[in-house]
Amino acid sequence: MSRVEIRVTISSDQDIVVARQKGRSLALELGFSSGDATLIATAISELARNIVSYAGSGQIALKDLQGSTRVGITVTASDTGPGIPNVSQALRDGFSTSGSLGLGLPGVRRLMDEFEIDSKPGQGTRVVVKKWRP
Amino acid sequence: MEVPILKQGAVLIATFQAALSDADLNHLRSALVQQVVRFRSRGVIVDVTAMDVMDSFASRTLREIAHIIRLRGAETVIVGIQPEVAFAMVQLGLTLEGVATALDLEEGLAYLNQKFKTMK
Ligand SMILES: Nc1ncnc2c1ncn2[C@@H]1O[C@H](COP(=O)(O)OP(=O)(O)OP(=O)(O)O)[C@@H](O)[C@H]1O
Ligand SMILES: [Mg+2]
Repeated sequence: MSRVEIRVTISSDQDIVVARQKGRSLALELGFSSGDATLIATAISELARNIVSYAGSGQIALKDLQGSTRVGITVTASDTGPGIPNVSQALRDGFSTSGSLGLGLPGVRRLMDEFEIDSKPGQGTRVVVKKWRP
Repeated sequence: MEVPILKQGAVLIATFQAALSDADLNHLRSALVQQVVRFRSRGVIVDVTAMDVMDSFASRTLREIAHIIRLRGAETVIVGIQPEVAFAMVQLGLTLEGVATALDLEEGLAYLNQKFKTMK
């Protein structure tokens, strides 16, 4: 069970900043090092930007993660935008439909410990990522 | 939130705040280019010491700034990337290829002065 849940509505570039700041403070509260909090904040920034760029609006939810012997953080990015037709392609370094670097999704996967993506064309995208405190 | 730009001789110094939005970064890019033209600056230092996160958008914008300014015949150097931020950039796969970096403001200025000498 998680004890904290913070939801940030994402609809503009300013919300990206708010989401990553809240993510950093929650990470620090949960006992992550400042280095790990930076990794988590960077991942949130990328996920939130994808929401703004491709879906227009959506939500970032931040939760603590209570394992039997360890603690972590869960970040869920969800939107009801156009979805991703080919998810495995989108996870490849350098793939972008917007002429960008195409590093967001594969980069978030490297920054975090666990990565799950669920996307249906026409229905939306949900990315759930987790990081455990070492 | 606007990024203050300071003119010091032939060099412009832009100091980032912690939480810059994409719009702030875009604004900084046009403001810097305008001022390089206006003051005929030969060098630009972008100080990112206070920056909390360097994500794909921020690093792409920094690269663009450096490339545009090079087309004007001036040099850009990014200073103060914090070790934690650098680590996150590497994990994400970001590089600042083709962009000069230095430890801090002092070293950035030293780098530019060296460049100016060889440019003469
Ligand atoms: N929430 C989303 N809704 C719809 N499509 C998305 C979403 N997130 C990512 N995509 C698609 O997946 C592609 C890859 O995303 P990724 O974040 O890896 O790269 P990018 O956003 O194109 O570039 P970068 O993040 O490096 O600036 C995007 O170009 C886009 O087509
Ligand atoms: Mg992206």
